[in-house]
Amino acid sequence: MHEYTYYPGCSIKGTAKHYDESLISTFNALGIKMKELEDWNCCGATAYFSVDDKMAIAISGRNIALAQKQGKDIVAPCAGCYLTLRKSLEFLNDNPDKVENLIRELAIIGGEFPFNIKVRHPLEVLINDYGLDKIKEKIKKNLGDLRIACYYGCQVVRPFTDFDDPDYPTSLDKLMELTGATPVDYSPKTRCCGGSLTGTLEEVGLRLNYILLREAKKKNADVIVTLCPLCQFNLEIYQDKIVKKYGEDIRVPIFYFTQILGLALDIPIKELGFSRSVIPLNEFFARV
Amino acid sequence: MEIERKVKYEAELDKNFLREIIELSHCEEIERCIQCGTCSSSCPMAVYMDYPPRKIMAMVKEGFKDEALRSFTIWLCSSCYTCTVRCPAQIKITDVMYALKRKAIEDGVYPARFSIPVLDKEMTKIIQSTGRNWEIGVVVKLYLKTNPFGLLKMAPIGLKLIKTGRMSFKKESIKNKKQLRKLLNLMKEETNA
Ligand code: SF4
Ligand code: SF4
Repeated sequence: MHEYTYYPGCSIKGTAKHYDESLISTFNALGIKMKELEDWNCCGATAYFSVDDKMAIAISGRNIALAQKQGKDIVAPCAGCYLTLRKSLEFLNDNPDKVENLIRELAIIGGEFPFNIKVRHPLEVLINDYGLDKIKEKIKKNLGDLRIACYYGCQVVRPFTDFDDPDYPTSLDKLMELTGATPVDYSPKTRCCGGSLTGTLEEVGLRLNYILLREAKKKNADVIVTLCPLCQFNLEIYQDKIVKKYGEDIRVPIFYFTQILGLALDIPIKELGFSRSVIPLNEFFARV
Repeated sequence: MEIERKVKYEAELDKNFLREIIELSHCEEIERCIQCGTCSSSCPMAVYMDYPPRKIMAMVKEGFKDEALRSFTIWLCSSCYTCTVRCPAQIKITDVMYALKRKAIEDGVYPARFSIPVLDKEMTKIIQSTGRNWEIGVVVKLYLKTNPFGLLKMAPIGLKLIKTGRMSFKKESIKNKKQLRKLLNLMKEETNA
């Protein structure tokens, strides 16, 4: 029985609603159960660690303690949340002496300490707990000659490198292969999209994303799939500006991996959040 | 042209800086940096930095406090952890960058009106009050504080997000704010201790 505690994170309530929709539909179709973490708070992402790391540990600590009370591993789809929660969990379990007062309070909320739950990413859950073989049995639709660039970004594969390679990971490629599609050899698959810098320093961000989009085009990818709300947002939303700045047509749809997997599981399109794409999808739907 | 001395005398270096940063970053290994440059060559942001990560490491080791804290480098670090997984001396360079950011904010020496620290601070403020981040609220505030006209340029993107239902106008909030505040206050005490 696969049961987890779902930590959606703030982006999923806003710009990444289609990640939420497609993740929940695919996990349902596979029979993976998730219960949302009761009264979760924001993880603080990279911002909190830049301002005050003790406070950052405290706000993540609350989420972890609440999850401990619910008793199941956390599934965090956003790369930023995943990393922040994992980093904080490790710090709390390894350094109780450095934050004694906090630990005392968190132990009351969570009911025990050290915490024995884990922080997981949905990709890793699919690969390690559920298994590619079992997913393969559930695939109903072949996506044919679709070419996919699998983009992992930074924080799912780094710095915690226990489920895939930090430079050239392949787990997402293997998962996408099950749909009949062809993953292309996408060399910048773990090169940074700029994260929140793309919003604050557009000059820098546009170039980073241009490099990623151009390489996908060069490899004749029809779509790029992502694992993280920030990557998806950066790669998709700035395409008009990038075309204007670099004078090259690098337009390509940017999906969440759960949307593509959902298609292959034959989940109705409207349950996978495709209508939230800013890039027109006529060409894409003509192919699959 | 103004002529100024380009080399520091040893007496001008801050001898405590290394210790301070080790403590803030929980990274004892900084001292073991062999200046190999793996971090700089791996860093996707290095081309925009005033000092690449390798130089920042040398500055921290030797006590070039002012230069390190006032650099743009630390704010350009996107926390991609490429350097950290590749460093042959197991230095957690990303955590060192975070420690330098915090120190720069604490000392009030970050570049003024530079949007990155402003964003970080706005985000922590809203989280402290509601327990949740609110993308649009933070972005609007950021532009008002650093570049009011930039907001206009963001309008086409905003419209697209509204059309696809991806803009949340509701400011979310957690139920048990008291509990969150209590935890944060506990940490304030620990920081002062
Ligand atoms: S990779 Fe590590 S050892 Fe090499 S220069 Fe950078 S910090 Fe120093
Ligand atoms: S973590 Fe920061 S310093 Fe290290 S490679 Fe990434 S952007 Fe560069």
